[in-house]
Amino acid sequence: MSVDAPLGVAPPTRRGPTPRTRALLAQTRMELRLLVRSAESLIVTFGIPLGFLAFFSTVDVLPTGDRDAVDFLVPGVLALSVAATGLVAVAIQTAFERKYGVLKRLGTTPLSKRGFLAAKGLAVAGLLAVQSLLVVGLAVGALGWRPTAGLVVVPVLVVLGAVVFTALGLLMAGTLRAEATLAGSNALFLVLLLISGVTFEAEALPDQVAAIGQALPVGALGVALRQALDGGGVAVGAVVGLVVWGVLAIGVASRTFRWEP
Amino acid sequence: MVAAPAIVLDGLTKRYGALTAVDDLDLEVASGETLALLGPNGAGKTTTIECCEGYRVPDAGTVRVLGLDPRREADALMPRIGVMLQDGGVYPMARPLEVLELFAAFHADPLDPRGLLERVGLGQVRDTRYRDLSGGQQQRLSLALAVVGRPELVFLDEPTAGLDVAARRDTWAHITELKQAGVTVVLTTHLLDEAEQLADRVAIVDRGRLIAAGTPAELTHRDGASVGVEFSVQAELDLAALSAAVGAAVHRVRPGTYRIEAANDPSLIAALARWLEAEDVLLGRLQAGKRSLEEVFLQLTAEAGDPDRADEAVAP
Repeated sequence: MSVDAPLGVAPPTRRGPTPRTRALLAQTRMELRLLVRSAESLIVTFGIPLGFLAFFSTVDVLPTGDRDAVDFLVPGVLALSVAATGLVAVAIQTAFERKYGVLKRLGTTPLSKRGFLAAKGLAVAGLLAVQSLLVVGLAVGALGWRPTAGLVVVPVLVVLGAVVFTALGLLMAGTLRAEATLAGSNALFLVLLLISGVTFEAEALPDQVAAIGQALPVGALGVALRQALDGGGVAVGAVVGLVVWGVLAIGVASRTFRWEP
Repeated sequence: MVAAPAIVLDGLTKRYGALTAVDDLDLEVASGETLALLGPNGAGKTTTIECCEGYRVPDAGTVRVLGLDPRREADALMPRIGVMLQDGGVYPMARPLEVLELFAAFHADPLDPRGLLERVGLGQVRDTRYRDLSGGQQQRLSLALAVVGRPELVFLDEPTAGLDVAARRDTWAHITELKQAGVTVVLTTHLLDEAEQLADRVAIVDRGRLIAAGTPAELTHRDGASVGVEFSVQAELDLAALSAAVGAAVHRVRPGTYRIEAANDPSLIAALARWLEAEDVLLGRLQAGKRSLEEVFLQLTAEAGDPDRADEAVAP
């Protein structure tokens, strides 16, 4: 192969201001594309939550208390979706970006670290909006779910949960090896799925395990979402728990996050 | 008016634990100049340019790039520089065109990504995932990413590492074009011919110290008369016999390479040729009146430390 054509690289005589909005949107688009390009990420963000909802709403085998399975499952599956995106998909993607030097390379572009994190946040928001719509759409359209309350509180809780889980995911991605993040976040997701009382009533668990599950962020988000959808307003204890998790995760992540491989 | 220098390093020092990677380095790169940082592996080349790119915080000394502090004034600096890391830095699942479009979107006045991909020879693979590209294609994408924002200054860390001969020539042509467009180029290499071919000035570093700097001509013509005549052959020579035949002392520089310690002179060359003919030895390379950059490099790095390591460092 021979290259004769010139690159045309002369620097501009007068450089315009850095196009921050364009950069942010382009980075967000890239994040979203990569999230949906990975089959593993799609399975955990869409496959598992939606599969759970469809299967256990129609096959009534889970201990969901004295109500319809779907009423019990919708808040739990929403909490799971948020955890799947923030804690698993974003964590793994970011961990490998660090491993392959992508984060380092972005450090010498006009995209600032703040811009990069904002793009991650926007990508998570975009993915979560689609997930939530699909969960609610499936529940309402095919499973006969009729929401009666919580239309204001639930979106706020989903956003709060997204911040907490994304911070936890980035905490892992910025400190552990990529392979450890991959294994750890999946294992954590499985444990949280089982002990948080989001997929079946926590009373079926031993008391101490149930207590731990409720204190962890997936459990706390599940409790808060369920109370809101049941018309019980804001579950103050669970929300405070979530906020504490968020503050801790953001505090530790911003101190320990390493951009380099 | 003389343009302000593109880079000023003053007493730059960087340590990693007990290891001093860069040791009190002073260096200036003029605007529009192409500088090759030359040195063995582990000499501190990459650390030096990573301090310029804002990746590393110097332990001592100051770094000014385009008059700016690369860490505290990153927002002002990054739009004006282009960087090619030693490896990777690209999303494995992304495709060349979308990565180049992404980087173009970061800049106010970028080159056209499609056209640029064609010109670095990646038009055919623009929709192939990065991880499926060959090493040479990945290198060329990395070069394209460094220039898409039309930078005033580019840092190229081993831009031709892992390239075959043809791809290396192409990359050299691109770097030459950057130079002609007035872009300041700082490249690291351990290839002497690359430095000789591309650089206006060469800075030789070893163990974190700057041990020589100058144009390739200055470095290779230093102490001209005492340079002697250097040649290489694929044989072991009888030094005493050769010395008697040419009437001057002969040294073995390293296996296969010899130096006659006498001024360059037609009769000396004729005597050498006659002797080689009589011995039936095929001449490899002959260099008279000027030392090769390789020789300068070996001598300087040997003076700076133990010679074995320097020899190793320039082995292809």
